Amino acid sequence: MRLSTKSATLLVLALLIVATPFFFPSAYYYRVGALVFVNGIAVTGLVILTGYAGQISLGHAGFAGIGAYASALGPTHLSLPPSLSVLLGAALSALIAFLVGRPILRLKGYYLAVATLGFGILVSMVLANESGITGGPDGVQVAELGLRDLLASLGLKLKAPVFWYAFSGVVLLVGAWLALNLYDSPTGRALRALHGSEVAAKTVGVDVPRVTLQAFVISAVYASVAGSLLALQNRFVTPDIAGYMYSIELVTMAVFGGAGSVFGAIFGAGILTLLPQALTFLAEYEQLMLGLIMVLVMIFMREGLVPSALRLIRGRGA
Amino acid sequence: MSLLSVSGLGIEFGGVRAVHDVSFSADPGEIVSVIGPNGAGKTTLFNMISGVYLPGSGSITLAGEDVTGMSPHRLAERGLSRTFQNLQIFQQMTVLENVIAGHHLHERGSVFADMLHLPSSRRRSKAAEVGAMALLERLGLARAALQEAGSLSYGTLKRLEIARALALKPKVLLLDEPAAGCNAVETEEIDRLIAEVAAEGVAVLLVEHDMKLVMRISSHIVVLDHGEKIAEGDPAAVSRDPRVVEAYLGAHAKEAAHADG
Ligand SMILES: Nc1ncnc2c1ncn2[C@@H]1O[C@H](COP(=O)(O)OP(=O)(O)OP(=O)(O)O)[C@@H](O)[C@H]1O
Ligand SMILES: [Mg+2]
Repeated sequence: MRLSTKSATLLVLALLIVATPFFFPSAYYYRVGALVFVNGIAVTGLVILTGYAGQISLGHAGFAGIGAYASALGPTHLSLPPSLSVLLGAALSALIAFLVGRPILRLKGYYLAVATLGFGILVSMVLANESGITGGPDGVQVAELGLRDLLASLGLKLKAPVFWYAFSGVVLLVGAWLALNLYDSPTGRALRALHGSEVAAKTVGVDVPRVTLQAFVISAVYASVAGSLLALQNRFVTPDIAGYMYSIELVTMAVFGGAGSVFGAIFGAGILTLLPQALTFLAEYEQLMLGLIMVLVMIFMREGLVPSALRLIRGRGA
Repeated sequence: MSLLSVSGLGIEFGGVRAVHDVSFSADPGEIVSVIGPNGAGKTTLFNMISGVYLPGSGSITLAGEDVTGMSPHRLAERGLSRTFQNLQIFQQMTVLENVIAGHHLHERGSVFADMLHLPSSRRRSKAAEVGAMALLERLGLARAALQEAGSLSYGTLKRLEIARALALKPKVLLLDEPAAGCNAVETEEIDRLIAEVAAEGVAVLLVEHDMKLVMRISSHIVVLDHGEKIAEGDPAAVSRDPRVVEAYLGAHAKEAAHADG
């Protein structure tokens, strides 16, 4: 039963990634697609933290910022190749999430939301103010990842947008696979159990601080990788990536599509990344429209778009 | 030395003594019932024994170890398991998953293995699933295994909580009103199950308002009133104790008469 959900999710995702380019009116859409995937990666991390474990974070853009700046500064300051810099960023994000998460995750609900929000703001302020290292508010150039050249030397020549579309898509698939594995595993069940009833989870032996910290660290790594990919494909990064607006966007994407479901959350990332692109003619009202959609979904589809829709379909079928 | 012993246990909420100076003990295979009127402090006592509340005074010893103030998951590791008066079900999970989650201590392992779906992780999950399925059979819940727990009736969820608590393979099992809200047939089943579990060597602590059930299966009864232990002993002795009759059984008899009339 679950296995089929997992395979179906991965299959549909893979099909979408491969098939949609055939409908792209212009090469520009590869960039948009890659952006969807990058947001999808960060949001998949939030599925683990929020959808599985029921913990909120309004600061995950902070980890995207750490990942982005690691890939920007690793090559210039530490002479690391960009690929290793991505890994360094992920490790750094994991470490910081571990250190920050221990005290912060004792908080619940609103308090946790505010604390994580504060963390994210702190990261973006450090990135903006430490101009000596980070280039300050104006941002900093990012080196070429190098993988595209490697592929070219092997005979696979891809234009940059196509390469980033494909590469982000593959990373998203791997991220989704890991998250789906976790869902149906002992750790995943422990997370979902504590989401359902923390006191009952404790009494069946779940070490709640430990597993919530694991979820926090894992989701931080997802955000970090997403941030690195974003910086590398834009070849440029500003402290805005760590800003609280991006954190809130990520949470909104997850909740909109359905934080409890990997596919739902990625779908939410897709819609909310594409919507502003589609609504440019309504640019003045973009925020208004987004707000309105959000309010409607929360009122009528509390579980998020995809799970609610599935429930509706299954309900009819039965 | 008893498997579980509670000595001088007490707790206050804002100056109100919810439980005061309660002592008793339980041995393997025993069914110790805690009875008393509403608000007597039975659930609060269970909450302290299971580590949900930090006792204000007194101590708890489990298998010779002082476990006072120990967190619930560490107590679980030492074989203490419980159910809840107000259901604490993992609503979004299936019935089967609820009981698999009850096997947490047996199935937990490396989170990396879990994310990578390594054979070690699959083996742990599979073993827990087999155990969970057997428990569902035992409690007559097998048919509901794949249903979302939130969709089930109250009586079914009561049994699901017992199945989940048994998944831990407990040495001490605390049942807080397992038969509340259950019909006569379900109560009978729970009655039989409790006796079975005790016969397997588990020390069962039971809170239950159904006096017929309590008198029938308890080896020992502790009576609470206003947070204090007012009597204890075997069912026959307790049911004759004038303080108990006045504080609890009398009131209950009146209630029952009321309900009948
Ligand atoms: N967390 C708490 N905060 C404040 N007061 C509490 C708390 N928990 C319990 N109490 C109080 O302690 C007293 C004992 O409550 P408890 O729930 O233990 O009674 P009980 O014997 O289980 O009753 P019932 O038969 O109705 O379940 C009550 O007066 C209750 O209001
Ligand atoms: Mg109670």
